[in-house]
Amino acid sequence: MPVAILTAWVLARCRFPGRSVLNALAHLPLVLPPVVTGWLLLVLFGVRGPFGALLNDWFGIRLVFTTAGATLACAVMVFPVMVRAVRLSLEAADPGLEQAARTLGAGRLDRLINITLPLASPGILVGAIVAYATCLGEFGAVITFAASIPGQTQTLPLAIYAALQVPGGEAKAAQLSAVSFTLALIGLLASEWAGRRLHAALGR
Amino acid sequence: MSLSVELRHHFPAIDIAIAFSAPSPGVTVLFGPSGSGKSTVIAAAAGLLRADSCRIVIDGAVLADTRSGIWLPPERRRVGLVFQDSRLFPHMSVRNNLVFGMRRTAERHIDFDEVVELLGIRALLARRPHTLSGGERQRVSIGRALLRQPQVLLMDEPLASLDAARKAEILPYLARLKTILRLPVLYVTHSLDELVQLADSVVLIEAGAVVAAGPVAAISARADLPLAQRDDAGAMLICRVAAHDAARQLTRLSCGAATLWVPQADLPEGNDVRVRIPAREVILARGDVASLGDALSLHNVLPGTVRAIAADPGHRAALVEVALGEGAVLSRVTPDAIARLALAAGTPVLALIKSMSVEVLGGA
Repeated sequence: MPVAILTAWVLARCRFPGRSVLNALAHLPLVLPPVVTGWLLLVLFGVRGPFGALLNDWFGIRLVFTTAGATLACAVMVFPVMVRAVRLSLEAADPGLEQAARTLGAGRLDRLINITLPLASPGILVGAIVAYATCLGEFGAVITFAASIPGQTQTLPLAIYAALQVPGGEAKAAQLSAVSFTLALIGLLASEWAGRRLHAALGR
Repeated sequence: MSLSVELRHHFPAIDIAIAFSAPSPGVTVLFGPSGSGKSTVIAAAAGLLRADSCRIVIDGAVLADTRSGIWLPPERRRVGLVFQDSRLFPHMSVRNNLVFGMRRTAERHIDFDEVVELLGIRALLARRPHTLSGGERQRVSIGRALLRQPQVLLMDEPLASLDAARKAEILPYLARLKTILRLPVLYVTHSLDELVQLADSVVLIEAGAVVAAGPVAAISARADLPLAQRDDAGAMLICRVAAHDAARQLTRLSCGAATLWVPQADLPEGNDVRVRIPAREVILARGDVASLGDALSLHNVLPGTVRAIAADPGHRAALVEVALGEGAVLSRVTPDAIARLALAAGTPVLALIKSMSVEVLGGA
């Protein structure tokens, strides 16, 4: 999340060569087939991959086929959603207020923490909730990178898919779908409610 | 002690070259039409606009000098800036808005409680900005700028977005502030009302350049400036309340050598007061008016000398600047009157001013 906020801030406020490249990179997981994202992760973070090997050697962390790996895959997949939401709300935040804060003696970091982020908090929160809900439904990247190990890296859709492959698994699939439906609805309602609360607190 | 500004900046639509110095303490009003470059001066003084070339010095401290490469960023200048659209932080209470700048400086020459009292905002401290009226919001914004403990207070059309009633509500607070503050104030406006109520000195700006600058009394009495061409043109005088005559319900003001009688004003004797005399209300006479004496309702017959005459084609009139010892008044008369009285620079004249025409504006 902090990475997403930072990226969003850079994209919203800074003008530099390569900005559109960064923008494209941030949005890549949204457009790439999830299986390709999963495969890329496998290449980079696999036990023999450049980052995976480092993590394994230095910290003894193995990402492939583990819960942490599933989390990473999810995080990468929802990154663009998060960046978009945060960036939109950062762009909507009045730069005049930052100017005012400047004349009142607030430096760059001070302004980011005390003015910009609080003003963008509705977007950040909504982004986080939508990201969470999307995560629950992640399929392609997770199955490619972290496989589908029940109790460890099996996400809801993976479990539903698995249930459907087993004869007589329709009942289980229906139950899991109901769970999935409920979680998604709760996520969306929660983001709506939280967004409205924050907007009220900001006086809009 | 003073504030000096030298500024050059190129915009696609206008080239700005402005230089002036302002007294400290005191209110210097930057006056001129929209888009003439007034706000550019404020933005450069605050550090929000990096001008092509500029030098800004306050009481000996250099905030910016492009020639020697000095440019303090806004957060390192001690300036209090009041925006037209108050720009209070919506996610903070009024109190936290007020102390935002104060918390970021160690300086303490302006006291929190004093500012809160002066602006009458104690009852608002716990409220959120969006629950305030426009006038209240602007008062809080002025308080926030002051509590930054600034070396200079910059006000960029602080009343422009308010309706007449709200303006009237805030002006007295500003007038009170200026008598107490010990710092230079740059005040941008295109409202003559604010100029006559607040200005100690004036910088007239048009099309990116300074047209005239000086004490408000001197500038307002100049016949040759665009200010004099306005419908509501009029000279200002700084007078002292000499005495009240309760029996006649009059107050005597002394303005240098001249004496003005006005309807009894609720002001302590000995205080300085600013008055304004609309140009169209001033009658000029040559000869022996005093002989009419009690046959005339008029109280104020001031001897003076014509200093300058300027055409006023917009009103099919002429403007006559009459020097009265220290101050001067402006009179708008017909060209025919100029011819009949044979007025020219140097002619001695009498300026006849009805007591009822003198606008007493309050403390100087």
